[in-house]
Amino acid sequence: MALPTLLALFGVASALIKPDMSVLSHLAEFVLPEAIGNTIKLVLGVALLTSLLGVSLAWLTSVYEFPLRGFFVWALILPMAIPGYVMAFALVGTFEYTGPVQSSLRAWFGSSAAFPDIYSYGGVVMALSLALYPYTYMIVRNAFQTQGRRSLEVGQSLGLSAWQSFWKVSLPMARPWIVGGTLLVVMETLADFGTVAIFNYDTLTSAIYKSWFGLYSLPAALQVASVLLIFVVVITLLERKSRAAQRFAQSRSQPLASKRMQLNKKQQFMASFVCLLVFTSGFIVPCVQLLWWAVPNLHIELTAQFWRYVMGSVTLALIAMTIIAGLALLMAFAARTHHTRFAKVAVRISTLGYALPGTVLAVGLFAPIATIDQWLGSIGLPTPLLQGTMLVMLLAYSVRFMAVAFTPLESNLLRITPSIDAAARSLGVSGMNMLRKVHMPMVKGGLATAMILVFVDVMKELPITLMTRPFGFNTLAVRIFELSAEGLWERAALPALAIVLVGLVPAFMLIRQSDNHDH
Amino acid sequence: MTTKMQDKPGASGYLTVEHVSIRFDGHQVLSDIGFDLARGDIGCLLGPSGCGKTTLLRCIAGFESINSGSICLDGKALSNANQIVPAEQRHIGMVFQDYALFPHLNVQKNIAFGLHQLSSAEADKRAIALLQQIGLAGKAKAMPHELSGGEQQRVALARALAPEPQLLLLDEPFSNLDVELRESLSADVRAIIKQSNTTALMVTHDQHEAFAMADTIGVMHQGTLEQWGSAYDIYHQPVNAFVADFVGQGIFLEGKMHDERFVDTTLGRFECGQVSLSANGINGGERVKVLVRPDDIIHDDASQLQATVVNRNFRGAEFLYTLALANGEKLLALVPSHHDHAINESIGIRLEIDHVVVFKYET
Repeated sequence: MALPTLLALFGVASALIKPDMSVLSHLAEFVLPEAIGNTIKLVLGVALLTSLLGVSLAWLTSVYEFPLRGFFVWALILPMAIPGYVMAFALVGTFEYTGPVQSSLRAWFGSSAAFPDIYSYGGVVMALSLALYPYTYMIVRNAFQTQGRRSLEVGQSLGLSAWQSFWKVSLPMARPWIVGGTLLVVMETLADFGTVAIFNYDTLTSAIYKSWFGLYSLPAALQVASVLLIFVVVITLLERKSRAAQRFAQSRSQPLASKRMQLNKKQQFMASFVCLLVFTSGFIVPCVQLLWWAVPNLHIELTAQFWRYVMGSVTLALIAMTIIAGLALLMAFAARTHHTRFAKVAVRISTLGYALPGTVLAVGLFAPIATIDQWLGSIGLPTPLLQGTMLVMLLAYSVRFMAVAFTPLESNLLRITPSIDAAARSLGVSGMNMLRKVHMPMVKGGLATAMILVFVDVMKELPITLMTRPFGFNTLAVRIFELSAEGLWERAALPALAIVLVGLVPAFMLIRQSDNHDH
Repeated sequence: MTTKMQDKPGASGYLTVEHVSIRFDGHQVLSDIGFDLARGDIGCLLGPSGCGKTTLLRCIAGFESINSGSICLDGKALSNANQIVPAEQRHIGMVFQDYALFPHLNVQKNIAFGLHQLSSAEADKRAIALLQQIGLAGKAKAMPHELSGGEQQRVALARALAPEPQLLLLDEPFSNLDVELRESLSADVRAIIKQSNTTALMVTHDQHEAFAMADTIGVMHQGTLEQWGSAYDIYHQPVNAFVADFVGQGIFLEGKMHDERFVDTTLGRFECGQVSLSANGINGGERVKVLVRPDDIIHDDASQLQATVVNRNFRGAEFLYTLALANGEKLLALVPSHHDHAINESIGIRLEIDHVVVFKYET
């Protein structure tokens, strides 16, 4: 099951090892400098803004008591239901020159010239950050939940003020989580294709797309992908390191159920206001904007065609879900029964794919498949046999989402200790009966989680679907992209709302999960 | 090293373990283990961690194979070097150290899990009867994670007892519980096992648990069974210095055999028990070590024999004094706590040993 990942890596890496000089020189001159510069700028901006938002919101909601705190704790997770490309066009629609905000400004003050242009670096950073800060928020909040108040008490017992304790004790203690959350955000940013495309902000991902679909040059796309891959590898290595640090810094004590600290009236108002501001701009504004567009056009848009897109998305997500969850289940059981080095490495590799951007996977898998097709053609089979089928798309999905499916299954399987097996055997139950009566019921929950997560991720997925789908096959995500690329916000709103609704499912699952730890 | 065995009178050999040895990766884990457990008895394997007691238990359960020897239950061979009856066909129940309750099943279903031969109505009836027996009748529908440690432990016991196993094995059954709970629960568990008339073998490193639960105790050390006998015998007539040292407290005094019956020490001349002498093959005139338990020393102000208090440890009802004799040898004495003596004070003592145990002098 590690094979597709290796295939994609090989596909892209081969471009790295023997670069095509003529292609490369063109790229180096016209495409790469801007794309690389933009990518780095974007990553830095988004990393900075998301860690600022994530850390401060996590700190506020886990250490202080203020009005509506209990609501904000989970509401601040909701923006993750909105994919970056939806967040992007909803914000653009709201804040562009003809949008409601600038129009109102003009109506009141006669001019909106002072309002910053949304089609800018700042605009992309804001859209991506609002869609991605929940990752940092949740991870860091988890750290503050278990050690935040305790760390303040330690600092204060050593004579530091609350403010000094935050900077000298709490923040350094939470650093592995802050770094981990931020690196996750960076990975998502590097993978992002839809958001930057809507803002016409050229990065490496959009360069891959344009090389392939604009210049019709697969080699060029591969070259760009190999550059992006270097970024991804570096970030992945850093992320692994930060996870090890998290294990090391894990506090052994149980979270204290001590009371949160009281703020004075002014501070309470400020805390509530900050949370409300982020929640409003990250969730309320985009949702209201989408509804604003969608509702008046409902009778036009709710056509048979719309339902075809829904069916396309759902069918695809169901197929992918079945394949990926099934493979992940097999892999998890295999890893449990065979404690070999080979099994461990195979699992490692096949769960590494989550780090690979969809654009990289698309070209990385398409190239070898095209080669195989050529070879099949040379032995007399009708071609193209594999290109243009769902094969490349499903392979790419399974590389990218294997980890999503594997993680919940693995954590469930870890609960099935060797003594559980022994207990079943000593009670006369073994073999298939043990699988049916003990193992399957115990992984049921994890399997359901795995299936839901894969289903939703495939529904939201844009670049792989866009670049490798069979001709004429359309999904909601692709439809949103096509419509918003033409600036038809109103028409893209309905499919976008459908995607947001689906995206709310895992958001609420995460909220429930963190509720169980939170008292 | 050979295993020393003392036949327990009336032992019918319901569970028979003979010459069992195991090697893992060239490392000898168990060597030449042998003992008999009578039907209806509760046996206990006692030893420090790493002595192989849990491995032995897992061999009997059928989770490990053995390299030589044999294990028989009720006359039927379960394991020998060549073949092994699978665990699921042995009708041996097991209570695991971590309880290993099935987290997806409620308490009643956990208990009924092994009753697949019965109809579900009958299985439920038996599960409910067992729940009453373990005092958890109200928790039938609770999930395992909603129970306290002690409750989980009793459910694990009921689950293992439900199919009326031919033998019940318990692996460190109380190690995850609070100290206070262990004592009350071990009495409960013993009562439940005895009520169901089940033969049981447990493993522990805690001698108090062993004393509270077991009819027969086997002391294990580095893969060998050092002694197999009643709690009384193990405490009062240990067969070697390891058993004497591991079970209970005590100190060895230097001594010299006067003849084949009497031993001379700084505290006087004592008559040795037959068993300890023959078991250790000691001849007259030999230098020996004499085991003195804290309860063998009686505090007696009238006694000529004086000792100096070196250390004192208040234990509520009594003091455990460490005493030094004139020649520097140390003793432990348990003295009722109203005899409050300061360190460096001299007190009169008297020796009252029912079972004088001597071992060869080894340095």
